[in-house]
Amino acid sequence: MFMSKAFSLLKLIPLMSGQSNLAYRFIHQVIDSQGHRCHRSTIYKQRYRTCLCSSGRRTISAETKVMAKEELPGVLILDIGGTHGVLENLAVLLRKHFHLITMKEFLENKEEISKKIQSVFVFEYRPTIDRELLESLPNLKVIANSGVGVDHLDLKMISSFGVKVTNTPHAVADPTADMGMALMLASARRLVEGCQIAISPDTKHFAVDWLGVEVTRATLGIIGMGSIGYKVAQRARAFNMRILYHNRNRRRKEEEEAVGAHYCEKMEDLLQQSDFVMLVVNLTPETHKLIGKRELGLMKPSATLINISRGAVIDQDALVEALQNKVIRAAALDVTYPEPLPRDHPLLKLNNIIITPHIGTATIQAMHMMAEEAIANMLAVLNGQPIPSEVFPK
Amino acid sequence: MQIMEGGELPGLLVIDIGGIRGILLSHVAFLKKHFYLITMKELLENRKHLSKKVQAIYLWWHKPVIDQELLQSLPNLKVIANSGVGMDHLDLKLIASFGVKMANAPHAVSSSTADAGMALLLASARRLVEVHHIAISSSIDYCEADILGVKVAGATLGIIGMGRIGYKVALRSKAFEVNILYHNRTRRKAEEEQAVGATYCEKIDSLLQQADFVMVAVSLTPQTHNLIGKRELELMKPTATLINISRGPVVDQEALVTALQTGVIRAAALDVTYPEPLPRDHPLLKLKNVLITPHLGSRTDKATYMITEEAVENILAALNGRPMPSEVLPS
Repeated sequence: MFMSKAFSLLKLIPLMSGQSNLAYRFIHQVIDSQGHRCHRSTIYKQRYRTCLCSSGRRTISAETKVMAKEELPGVLILDIGGTHGVLENLAVLLRKHFHLITMKEFLENKEEISKKIQSVFVFEYRPTIDRELLESLPNLKVIANSGVGVDHLDLKMISSFGVKVTNTPHAVADPTADMGMALMLASARRLVEGCQIAISPDTKHFAVDWLGVEVTRATLGIIGMGSIGYKVAQRARAFNMRILYHNRNRRRKEEEEAVGAHYCEKMEDLLQQSDFVMLVVNLTPETHKLIGKRELGLMKPSATLINISRGAVIDQDALVEALQNKVIRAAALDVTYPEPLPRDHPLLKLNNIIITPHIGTATIQAMHMMAEEAIANMLAVLNGQPIPSEVFPK
Repeated sequence: MQIMEGGELPGLLVIDIGGIRGILLSHVAFLKKHFYLITMKELLENRKHLSKKVQAIYLWWHKPVIDQELLQSLPNLKVIANSGVGMDHLDLKLIASFGVKMANAPHAVSSSTADAGMALLLASARRLVEVHHIAISSSIDYCEADILGVKVAGATLGIIGMGRIGYKVALRSKAFEVNILYHNRTRRKAEEEQAVGATYCEKIDSLLQQADFVMVAVSLTPQTHNLIGKRELELMKPTATLINISRGPVVDQEALVTALQTGVIRAAALDVTYPEPLPRDHPLLKLKNVLITPHLGSRTDKATYMITEEAVENILAALNGRPMPSEVLPS
């Protein structure tokens, strides 16, 4: 099936529990519609073999670098656990290959530790990568981001230090597409409101004129048809939705036909016809405030806006006004600017909005996969092997 | 169109027009094209005159209640059309004994109910309602671990009841790369199974043991009453989610409360309960890991209109002696 050739696949094959044995096969699409240069369709294999030597003790073969625990490459992270730290079970995964150093440990002993750090694992945007940090890490080779969006990283600046940047496009696609569908359905069917009615102490009966809007056979306009956008289209198709899409580049005809998607060269056409508009672009100077007062005005008054990309893609002030004046029916946002919003922000007070705290990839399994993908990227850089998902400055 | 003496349209009895329980105002114009609408209030105020005009009843959310007394008072009643597919609130034998036909609206509800099932599944898996409240609460102290959900893509969905609605759920969830198991009174045709990649589980136990999500989409009958009880819940994985879009009594609510409190299953999402709404002090309302929605399975603008259209089609067929598209006979 063409889809398995055209889209990146991630296969994790743990060869042995408790040891650093990860085999990956990546098949890259030639043109990533996010605009990042990817390697041409090549299969990359990294295999760490183990063998049982005569004494029965498992050893790692000469294909891999053998290191004592202290000699494992140092990876800087913000923290383990707590509000913004790397989750405990992800730290366990990282420790199989790396010596983890928290910011606190680093700052307490900069002179000694700074040269051990070869990599930074950025989790939930932290730690912040600034010039000062880059200057203090002479042996830094790679910044591995957990997640696909890298708009929080100054790619040019990082590149000027000879440091590579990687992201995790494979791990995020399914859970984020699932989230987009979850938000669209929840908004259309007034799920949050419905739950409140169902449990409110004042509820005596369910009013018969309390209605949501239909999803089946409605029109979904997808703005941004990359890996995630395409997976959204696949899901929406199963609801007999009419799918329109707008993208920098048009998809191939077979790809369009597989999901029944119609290309709208003009975003305006998509906005005017859609019952649901879903934003699935990455944040760039071009997509900043892509949806503003004008775009919201073009949408149907019965339409719903769903954002699973980045908060800054929407002009939030314009959105508040549009929702207050019923220029559009409702919105569902997994992302805002900033995150979280200030507690007195008008968006929080509206009753025709659903806001979730950027949980597009917040499943146990996705977190695990993102860490594994980041680990594979870091190891590739440090071992001088082809890098599965490097991100280049434009 | 059945023309009565004086060129009158046939009388259609409804609970009310508009208000908290009446037929939707947006449907009135369409209904008035075919019928002379009579509300229960009007009927009670003017029984002598109006009772013989009533040839059909359009039940809106199970009302008016059809009992012996009402049936006896309507000598020209020919057909009762239900606004929905479930008929468990009606005494089918009693109604048939008066020579009155019955119809439901299976086509109108199936897509929206399947959509609602998916909405509940996704919302529960991703803890949508819970984290929405975190996102808008006055405190912003939460960490990543507080808001983690479970995956949908790659999970196993077990559908109990693979009728029209269950099958539409299967069609939708297939696109999420979900592995589908199903249990049904009768096995579906091979092509139908293949189209959604569904595996038949002859024994419900097998489905319960393997599923990450269990969706109940059966009709309520004496056989399906308390279909999911303590035993069934204990067969489910402790990480599994139960979703009910059928009828409240299909699930043993007390057993469910216990199962949710003690971690026998991860969570539940219920569009239907018994009764509806639940008493305000019911333990289900207090549990964090249960999502309850107000029977919104077919509550969309389009679906409700289609329900009325389907009802009208059935009523007109009955009044004109033609075969009814969705007649329901007592079993």
